[in-house]
Amino acid sequence: MKLTLKVWRQQGPNDKGGFATYQVEANEHMSFLEMLDVLNQQLIEKKEEPVAFDHDCREGICGACSMVINGQPHGPMQKTTTCQLHMRHFKDGDTIYIEPFRAQAFPVVKDLVVDRSAFDRIIQAGGYISVDTGQAQDGNAILIPKETASEAFDAATCIGCGACVAACPNASAMLFVSAKISHLALLPQGKIEASRRVQRMVKQMDEEGFGRCSNVTACEAECPKGISVSHIARMNREFLKSVFGAPEAV
Amino acid sequence: MGWFSKFLTSSLGQKVVMSLTGLFLIVFLVVHLAGNLQLLADDGGRSFNEYAHFMTHSPLIKTISYLLYAFILLHAFQGWALWRKNRLARGAQPYAVHRLRAVNTNPRIASRMGWIGTVIFVFILVHMYQFWFKMKIGDIGVVRYDGQEVKDLYTLVATTYQNLGFVLFYVVSMVVIGAHLWHGFQSSFQTLGINHSKYSPLIHFLGKLYAIVIPLGFALIPIVFFVKHA
Ligand code: SF4
Ligand code: FES
Repeated sequence: MKLTLKVWRQQGPNDKGGFATYQVEANEHMSFLEMLDVLNQQLIEKKEEPVAFDHDCREGICGACSMVINGQPHGPMQKTTTCQLHMRHFKDGDTIYIEPFRAQAFPVVKDLVVDRSAFDRIIQAGGYISVDTGQAQDGNAILIPKETASEAFDAATCIGCGACVAACPNASAMLFVSAKISHLALLPQGKIEASRRVQRMVKQMDEEGFGRCSNVTACEAECPKGISVSHIARMNREFLKSVFGAPEAV
Repeated sequence: MGWFSKFLTSSLGQKVVMSLTGLFLIVFLVVHLAGNLQLLADDGGRSFNEYAHFMTHSPLIKTISYLLYAFILLHAFQGWALWRKNRLARGAQPYAVHRLRAVNTNPRIASRMGWIGTVIFVFILVHMYQFWFKMKIGDIGVVRYDGQEVKDLYTLVATTYQNLGFVLFYVVSMVVIGAHLWHGFQSSFQTLGINHSKYSPLIHFLGKLYAIVIPLGFALIPIVFFVKHA
């Protein structure tokens, strides 16, 4: 299949950037990233600078492969990361726009690569639990109802990719943050820091310059893991509980 | 109180302010419509005029109405502050191509609540000038019921709604308010953390019903007046 690519090229954070047009010959069995590999091979052979893009696992679990394809983070297929997106979902002769995730808190590093370390700082602010060192515990020592475990697991499948921020008209990170808070708030292991966690992570999220959620739910629609906005509601509950219930300011 | 002001300025606190003031306005609209429907009573405006007299003279209602003005301003101001923050957060470079999808609201409405709200704010200003201001400050006619003198708001309404321009303005404004409520109703519950597999479908249904029925009720009044007197 012959494709026309409009790829965002930007030398560095301070460069203005713009679209470059390339022709690429791909086949439908390739993943989207393999198609970009073909493009980069072409560019290298022509002694041009290859397109910089993030990728790591290429199996949909690391969340590195950030890009907006034809106006949608991770492209047109629901619950699919860019690396798992196959070219058979495109047609011969298609023109494809490829842009970096855009948000004030995700500055472009180069081409399609953005700096998502804001997410790391949010996790550092509270996305952890306290455990005793020593022997690993028996797996079934703490009993957790199946429904609770499943709900927590659903939240834990968030791969921290940032597509929620990229899709949100407000560039809000609430789906990501709520997935992390929800996951730990549901489990007994997360109870110790629950009150502190939600306040600290929300505070860090605000400081990083993410927008304020207005319940557009574009995040859930574009999330490659289908994280539900019901987790945002749980975060709101946890936050209200913490602010009004905790004996002192956090 | 440091913790409370910190809460109010946090992203989630700002949302809670939007949600609570919004819910208050939602309740207000029901009361407002119930009162206004008396305009359609066939008694030459007596029940409406007496109702308006009561509403402007009861100390309790007066207090609530000052609260109402404050909440409208707070909702508008907070909404504007959020809109500004969110524009900054979005960054300077827009997407060349952007497909906006949503799971349980209308994304076109949900992403334009600020603009829709601005139109509503202008409507409220015109509306207040048209009736509230003229009744309070301007001198409108009076009528006597059982010896008591009452301002004749009914006639002011009736004459205003003989003007096609005003009728259209009101009807279009009601459509805009309906759009605002279409997203705002369920959104205010989600913000308060009320999202439950058993009740959320009901909330979403009631929200849509409300967003249609209430503005429709309001829009009916100018239409009926215009048709009756045309
Ligand atoms: S919530 Fe979804 S879209 Fe957001 S970071 Fe997690 S996996 Fe990515
Ligand atoms: S490269 Fe790891 S999720 Fe796509």
